[in-house]
This record gives sequence, C-alpha cells and structure tokens, in this order.
Amino acid sequence: MGESINLFFDAYFSWLIPTDWESPGYILTALIQAVLIIHVPAVGALIFIWMERKISGRIQDRLGPTRVGGKFGWLQTLADGLKLITKEDLTPGKADAMLFKLAPYLSFAASFAALLALPFATGWVGQHTNVAVFFVLAVLGLEVFGVILAGWASGSKWSLFGAMREAAQVVSYEVPIGLCVIVPVMICGTMDLVTISNMQAGWFTNWLIFHDPFTSLVFWIYFTCAIASVNRAPFDLAEAESELVAGFHTEYSGLRWSIFFMAEYGSMYVVSALAAILFFGGWNGPIPIFHLIGWAYDAAGEPIRLTGWIANLFGCANLILKAVVGVTVMIWVRWTLPRLRIDQVITTCWKYCVPLVSFLFCGVLLWSTLDWPSPNNIVPHQARSEVREGWAYDSPSAAVESPLEQPEGDEIETAQADSGGSV
Amino acid sequence: MVMLAGWHFVLFLLFAVLACVFAFLVLFTSNIVRMAFYLTLALGATAGLFMLAGAHFVGAMQLMIYVGGTLVLLIFGVMLTAQEGFVTMKTRGGDWVLAVAAGGSLLFLLIVAAMYMPGADEAAAAQQVLTEADTHVTTQLGLALVGTRIDRLTETDETLRQGLSGYLLPFEIVSVHLLVVLVGAAYLARARRHGDATR
Repeated sequence: MGESINLFFDAYFSWLIPTDWESPGYILTALIQAVLIIHVPAVGALIFIWMERKISGRIQDRLGPTRVGGKFGWLQTLADGLKLITKEDLTPGKADAMLFKLAPYLSFAASFAALLALPFATGWVGQHTNVAVFFVLAVLGLEVFGVILAGWASGSKWSLFGAMREAAQVVSYEVPIGLCVIVPVMICGTMDLVTISNMQAGWFTNWLIFHDPFTSLVFWIYFTCAIASVNRAPFDLAEAESELVAGFHTEYSGLRWSIFFMAEYGSMYVVSALAAILFFGGWNGPIPIFHLIGWAYDAAGEPIRLTGWIANLFGCANLILKAVVGVTVMIWVRWTLPRLRIDQVITTCWKYCVPLVSFLFCGVLLWSTLDWPSPNNIVPHQARSEVREGWAYDSPSAAVESPLEQPEGDEIETAQADSGGSV
Repeated sequence: MVMLAGWHFVLFLLFAVLACVFAFLVLFTSNIVRMAFYLTLALGATAGLFMLAGAHFVGAMQLMIYVGGTLVLLIFGVMLTAQEGFVTMKTRGGDWVLAVAAGGSLLFLLIVAAMYMPGADEAAAAQQVLTEADTHVTTQLGLALVGTRIDRLTETDETLRQGLSGYLLPFEIVSVHLLVVLVGAAYLARARRHGDATR
C-alpha cells in the first residue's frame, strides 16, 4: 500500500510533497495498520464486555443490561467507559508513582503487540514473520509484567499477593502452553501462522483438531492453559475478589483500571484466535466455498485480485467468528466454574497438564512418524505438502538460491495486508 | 529501496538509543524494581534491534527468555525477599571501580571482535543485502546449532572443512552449564528448607 499511496501523492499532491519523497506513503501505511490493529483490543473489549454482561446474566437467570441503547443494552459498555473516564485518577500515597502509572500501559502494549504477528486472512497480517507462533507466545507472556509491576507499585498487601500469584501462575502455565503449541507446529513443519492456516484449507476434516485423536485432546489442554495464562476465572487468582479485595488492581480506578481490562479482553481474543488458527483451520471454513469456486488465493505470491480479496474478507470474518466463539466459551466457563485455590492451580499445571501434554505429544509424534491416516484422507481437498510449495520463503534452499526475490514476495504480502486495511 | 534503507537506519537508531538510555537508567537507579523495569525496556529494545536485522527468531527468543522469563523471575524474587533495606541499593565506590573494570574489558573485547568481523568496514549497502537475504531464514542457524553448516557445504578446502562442524560444541557447553545451574538452584532451595526444619 505504501507504494500506491506514494503514486497517489505524486499524482495529486506534487505541489505539496516532492515526488522523490517516499516516506509519507510508508508512514501512512504503518499508521493505518497500527490503527486497524488497535481496534481489535479497543472495540473488541467494548463488545466482549457487553457479551460478558449479557451471558453472565443469562447464566444466572437474569436479563443483564437492558436499557442503555435499546432493548439489548448495546451501549452499556460505552456508558461504563464514560463513567470510568470521569472517575478520579487516584495514586496511593505509598505507591511507586511512576511504575503505578505505567503498569496498565505495559499490559496493554503486550496484548496489542501480540496482534502484530497474528494474521486475519491470507496475507492480511501486520507483520508477516516465519516465527509468528513463537512471537505471539513470547509477547503474550509479557502481559504478566504489567500485572506484577501494578501489584508491586501499588504499595498494598492485597495487590502484592495478587501479583505474586499471577507471576507463579503465568510462569508455570507457559510450559504446558508451549508444549501444546508445538503439536500443530510439528504437524505442519512451520511456525508461520499464515502457512499453518493455509495448510488446513479445505473441508473441516483438514482442520488439525481432526488430524488424530491426540491432537484433538491437545486442544482442550491448550484451551485450559490459555484461560489460565490470560488470568480468567477459574484461574483468576490474581484478582480473587473474595479473598484479595480485587488483587493486583485494588488501588486502580478510572481509566487506568479499564486499560487492564482492555488488555485482558485483547489477550482473550489473541489466545482464541491462536486456537482457531492452530486447531480449527484459521480462516478456512468447514466448507471450502471460496476454494470450490476458485476465488481464494492458493499461494502467497499470487497477484491481488478482487475475487481473492472478497474471499479474504469472508475468511477474515470466519476467523473472527471462531475467535469470538472461543471468547464466548471462556465467558461461559468463568460463570460456571468456581475459582480454584492457588495450590490447586499450580497442581493442575504441573501434575496434570504438563504430563498429559507430554504424553499426547509423544502420541502425535508416533502418529505422524508412522503416517497413520487422518480424516483428510477420506475427504481430500488439498494435501498439506501442496500448500507448502506456494510458500517459497518457507524452504531455506529456495531462499538461499534467490535472495533477491524475497523482498518482492514480502511487498506483495504487505500489499495484500494493506488492501485488507482499506476495508 | 534507498528510502527503505534510510528508514531501516532511523529505526535502528531509535531502538539503539532506547536500549542505551534504559541501560544507563538501570545503572543510575537505586530502586531494584525500577531497575528491573528499565532492564525490561532495554532488553525489549534489543529484541527490536534483532527483529530489525531480520532475525525474528532471535528477537522473539530474547523476549521469551530474558524479558518474559528471567526478568519475571527476578521481580518475583525481589518481591518475595526484599525488605525495606534491600529495595533501594546504594552503590559503593569499590563497586563502581570493579564494575567499570569488568564492563570496560567486555566492551573492549566486543569492539575488537566486531572490528575483526569480515566485512565490518564495507559499505552499508552490502549490509542491507545481507539483511534482506537472511530475512525469514532461521533454519540455517538451527542446523548450525546441531552441527551442520548448510551455508558452507561447498567448502573444498580440507583443513577448513574440519572447522565447519557448526556450533554444536558451544551449544552443548551452554546446555551443560544451564543444567549445572538448575541442579545448583534445586540444591540451594532444598538446603534452605532443610535448615528451616531443623531450626
């Protein structure tokens, strides 16, 4: 998109911007992408909080918000937001003022940065990288920093206890979640989320969760650990309002408090989208409509065309739908299960999740090595090996032979990502 | 492409300055938790430098291991142990001398090593080509770590071939070192609990 913006500037604004300046286009491109991505945690939080209120209401046999903005209380979250903005921004006297004020932004930055590498459709990704899975996990792990610093800097015992629990919990759960994520990576042979998702193109039988019985079980462990790693009930020990007042955010009020929750809902979306991409085919629907009528992109290097763009748009909606289903299940779990004790949380991680996932990992390894059948063999659409070939930069030999072709491929990638940007 | 190189340079400067500023702030702060916070930002900026160089894997690794792992444990340890006296650290004159000597010699070593890197004095354009050629490829690095230099398979010189076993030995040494550290940590943790029980 950077280049097309530059062409546009050259054509119409040459009186304002010299034609040999190329930076305006690129700066504008970066801005547009960043603004689009920041909508996911910001607007997403608005909708998810409304969903949380409605769903929790229904689960508890009441209606939830019904007045603000019409019958279903659509604008409840917006009203909440207005209330939070007008609240006083307190800093306790014993707090470390600088860290106290910065901590919410640190949490939010981590949750936002994970979205940079998370694709929305073929080529619609902020920064296409071949270690996207790893990057997303690494950045999500940083969210704990905001919570720990908030707990420490508040100068309150409740907050400190919450922060210590959070640190113990997140550091523990990074182990099983990493092992779970390795399974799809192992089956696909790449850490590139775009490639992993494209490998699952076709009928739903090609989704990795149906690859073999072990992988199907790994998903459930992944989801459990994901709930724990984003600090949601029944693993919300850092808040534990029945024991610790409000845990790490006891001393926060107003906008800073709400930023923590934007980060929480943002990372809920990220782990759900990651689950959708790793186990549920990403943007590839249960029925490959756009593959059957030949609109979808089959390889990354294809030039941009309108039909492919439309296919991508529906794919993007498909992925977001799957991720929202994941978030809904998290909300459902939260209002159904009671909170665990901290020792039970750690026991669940080390005595159940880690051994189980290690066993399942060996199972998947055996299944892949012996080349046992998967449902995709019965209803074949596309072999995984075929998908790989379209991704030249995935194989090191191709990259070494033609190092100069790579930037071009990337620019097409970016251009596709950008065309998504103008939705 | 020229303009892109320019942006590359601007971003490099940005991340480098951030890393240096926060590294100095680590030095000049006396509060341990703030130190850890600045260290987070300095290491994060270093991860940004790696990403900028096209080494996405190393960058993510930096975030995962140092920022997400080591530093969280560090802050965790501080929160568990720090009483009022230990939260603020005063640096004595002797410490400064020792630190300057150790840090200075490391800096000297790194500068000398960087100067003797082949191609260190060549034009920046060559660096640009190198960066883009290596982008997206971590397989070579991984294979080199387990003992195969696939980028040097065509080496014909018999004496040079012997030195091309990759980085297996240093990798193993580091792994054994980490194992020793783990065993030591486990031993220390056990010993303390034992001592408490007898007391």
